[in-house]
Amino acid sequence: MPPVGPRSGDAIFANVERVNAELFTLTYGAIVRQLLTDLEEVEEVNKQLDQMGYNIGIRLIDEFLAKSNVSRCVDFKETAEVIAKVGFKMFLGVTASVTNWDADGTCCSIVLEDNPLVDFVELPDTCQGLYYCNILSGVVRGALEMVSMKTEISWIRDMLRGDDAFELQVKLLKQIPEEYPYKDDE
Amino acid sequence: MQFFGGTEISPSLPASTASGNNGHMMYVFNRNGVCLLYREWNRPLHTLNQQQDHKLMFGLLFSLKSLTAKMDPTTPDKANLGVPQLPGQGCSFHSFRTNTYKLTFMESPSGIKIILVTHPRTGDLRESLKYIYNLYVEYVVKNPLYTPGTPIRCELFNTTLDQYVRSIS
Repeated sequence: MPPVGPRSGDAIFANVERVNAELFTLTYGAIVRQLLTDLEEVEEVNKQLDQMGYNIGIRLIDEFLAKSNVSRCVDFKETAEVIAKVGFKMFLGVTASVTNWDADGTCCSIVLEDNPLVDFVELPDTCQGLYYCNILSGVVRGALEMVSMKTEISWIRDMLRGDDAFELQVKLLKQIPEEYPYKDDE
Repeated sequence: MQFFGGTEISPSLPASTASGNNGHMMYVFNRNGVCLLYREWNRPLHTLNQQQDHKLMFGLLFSLKSLTAKMDPTTPDKANLGVPQLPGQGCSFHSFRTNTYKLTFMESPSGIKIILVTHPRTGDLRESLKYIYNLYVEYVVKNPLYTPGTPIRCELFNTTLDQYVRSIS
């Protein structure tokens, strides 16, 4: 059996089961709407969306690894590229770009020009503080945590707030080394 | 599934059957050393209790992995033996064979370790383990009732797995 290299985002996207994009968008909208009703505070909704994303991310990473054949990234730069080019394509059907690297290569921006989550969405005045797509930052944080990278993720630009794109800042806090999990005299 | 037909190791061993039934047992661990799954198909001898057995297996893999990384002749700068490595750092082994069994090992970057112990004359099982990882994704990770990091109790996964392992030659 010849070794199989990493697969491209397009190839995987063509092969996975997909749901109708409008159904997906509307379902997500309904979830956010319900959270706003239940939690009342916009800040709480942001937190809840992030937590939901995190819970998705810690599971999604295994599906990502199993289907993409990505084995390891040499550095954080490659990791960011893989998220933008393969990860986003595979699960959202869009490709993102990576820019704004800082000098140490630990902080960058993932820019989404196109975001299927926000089709048909307009933020009313009462929800100006809402990060509508906060679930995405949770997903990325959760997935990276499972591959031992602690990250901090924040929105820099948001089209729903009048910016021209979605920009997600990903900051690598630390990488956790693998340690022997048992105590000696257990 | 391709059969590579390994070299004869011990003439007294029963030949592996092309029809399958070559699996002895399988373990799935996560990064924290929790045994998520243990399946046994053909294991006449138990010398330890189950918990010790799991710990021994996990410890063996952990040490073997750091040893193989230390022995790597191609990488110039290596940490001392026993110093914690970042996941994905250093090389790793994928199988070893004794005269009575073969152990195949796979680790995903997310820390899931899959160990399959089979008849010593089974061929290259790396693709099989990848397939099992895919089964794990479909039947366990996507199961909303499953809490990540806890032992797997999913009948559908077990039956699919049993069926697949029986077909390995």
